[in-house]
Amino acid sequence: MAHPNLKYLRKGVLPHMFCPGCGCGQILNYFIYAIDELRLDVDKLVIIGGVGCMSRAPAYLNTNAIHGIHGRNLPFATGIKLANPELTVVILMGDGGCAAIGGNHLIQAARRNLDVTVIVDNNGSYAMTGGQVSPMTPIGATTTTTTRGNIERPFDLCKLVEVAGGTYISRWTTAHSGQLINSMKKAIKHKGFSFIEVIGQCPTQYGRYVLRLRDPVDNLKWLRENSVTLKQAEKMSEEKLREKFIVGDFVEKDLPTLEDLYVDLEKRARIN
Amino acid sequence: MKPREYERFIDFQFILGNHAIAEGAIAAGCRFFAGYPITPASEIAERMSERLPDVGGRFIQMEDELGSIYAVIGASLAGAKSMTATASAGYNYMQEGIGYAIATETPIVIVDVMRLRGAEQATHADIMQVRWGASGDHEMIVLAPSSVQELFDYTIEAFNLSEKYRNPVIVLSEMTLSLMREKIMIPDPDEIQKVNRTRPTVPPEELLPFEAGEDCVPPMASFGDGYRVLYTLNPHDKSGMITGDLDIYDALYERITGKIRRAIEDIVKYKTYFLDDADIAVIAYGSEARSALEAVKRARDEGIKAGLLKLITVWPFHDVLVKSIAEQVKKIIVPEMNIGKYYWEVKRVSECMAEVVSLPLNKGRMHSSSEILNGIKGVA
Repeated sequence: MAHPNLKYLRKGVLPHMFCPGCGCGQILNYFIYAIDELRLDVDKLVIIGGVGCMSRAPAYLNTNAIHGIHGRNLPFATGIKLANPELTVVILMGDGGCAAIGGNHLIQAARRNLDVTVIVDNNGSYAMTGGQVSPMTPIGATTTTTTRGNIERPFDLCKLVEVAGGTYISRWTTAHSGQLINSMKKAIKHKGFSFIEVIGQCPTQYGRYVLRLRDPVDNLKWLRENSVTLKQAEKMSEEKLREKFIVGDFVEKDLPTLEDLYVDLEKRARIN
Repeated sequence: MKPREYERFIDFQFILGNHAIAEGAIAAGCRFFAGYPITPASEIAERMSERLPDVGGRFIQMEDELGSIYAVIGASLAGAKSMTATASAGYNYMQEGIGYAIATETPIVIVDVMRLRGAEQATHADIMQVRWGASGDHEMIVLAPSSVQELFDYTIEAFNLSEKYRNPVIVLSEMTLSLMREKIMIPDPDEIQKVNRTRPTVPPEELLPFEAGEDCVPPMASFGDGYRVLYTLNPHDKSGMITGDLDIYDALYERITGKIRRAIEDIVKYKTYFLDDADIAVIAYGSEARSALEAVKRARDEGIKAGLLKLITVWPFHDVLVKSIAEQVKKIIVPEMNIGKYYWEVKRVSECMAEVVSLPLNKGRMHSSSEILNGIKGVA
């Protein structure tokens, strides 16, 4: 018997192109569970990817989808949501597309409180192109473009989106299946700019060369061991926290969305 | 609330070129605009921000030109006729998105108000940028109006062509035209011919979204219609799925470029003046066509058999049309506000039939009719 969730994938797309043990496949799987549990109308769902590993996922989903441009996911989403606010828009992207080439688009869309959901797979590097340093690579990490160790500080993406104006913000790892599915459901249902940072393993690049962990299971164990909840983090020093991923919901608030405010503005215009 | 006095303006108007573009867009059914400020195109965004909410449309000022071009593509994929406007330097940034619109066959309109690099002066410097400035194989449709009335008329035409052929269409304006006021006639909206993209009629499970009929243009669904189309820059088959099959890639770009080439008679708009018995032809586009017409008339007064081909559609280049003129005349003069670039295109098809002379002026202003007349006399 075929898996019931296979209906969410386009026919003939398997096997996917993710490496064995890649976090992207898990995130795609969790996302399918989330939309299935929400009983979401996939005819009204638009998934926007780009270029990269995580950004390939929309090409597999049997929904309306955009693929093929690096980092411009949020401008696409802005046009789509203003043209048809009824659509549910979810963006799947990596840390390169989100924090580097699309960084300005990210903070501007958060500032506008555009009613979309952004799910970022943060695997700490540009994995598809061979494991180069990204804005999310920790200091000291050796990558193919930082062979003497990374000298740049990484972003705290959740804090960045918070100050920019995001209204639902949460972080989990691929080792937190239940929490992550719940968070995805909350994010999709939330009216406003929703942002989930998922720390995902890359056994091919980051795991293998930075962590020296080739086995995907060891990578997942490492993610779990290095995650602390918000509550645990309260009791920890800043120095100790630097090595950890704080997971949980950081922001949850209701503010008018760009689409709502546009409807208000139209009431002040004369509709022909 | 009191209706604004310019709520509906039909009939004669004395109007700014950039405002005529905005009015043309709204008349054509444009209901989404995204833009980023840049001189001398900003008045288009200003006018659209004011006018769109009145007609149930949406406007957004994006964070940059890249944001603008992708917002416009997104809105078009969601079903709205969409436009952005920029000037030469801003067009650079948009090239990336224009390539995406070509590959995904998304109808959009882009206004490029050409300006001198780093200065607010008139130029034709972008004539090649608008043709070639996108990655990947492509054909472009570019309209170069020569008056404020034509800015209005051909903005409507740009929307109609983009909807009909599922290709980006450029309205190539110039600083002089965009910031000039002229009297124009705006017809009743009901009298304006509007073309809308063809919609699929088959049930969703039967649709091959990139399968085209004889016209090579596939019907286009909107997001939310139930068709669940995947749009990708990557090589894709008729179902839209990414493929590594290079025969499919080859056939895809043969169709995407061929749909424009095969319809050249429908797409290319031009006007001819005094060409029937001409020995010397002037080939001009944009504002230069105005000086050129005056120059040709003055040449006739002096007994020189000169004529004018005014190209409104500058791309695709109509080889057959230009060749037919080259066969008939002895000399062709190509006046341009740049270092002389379109000249090479004319020369390419006229070789061995007529002598082609470039008449460039790269000083931030258009030729006077006397300057073009001198060019005509120089070869007469």
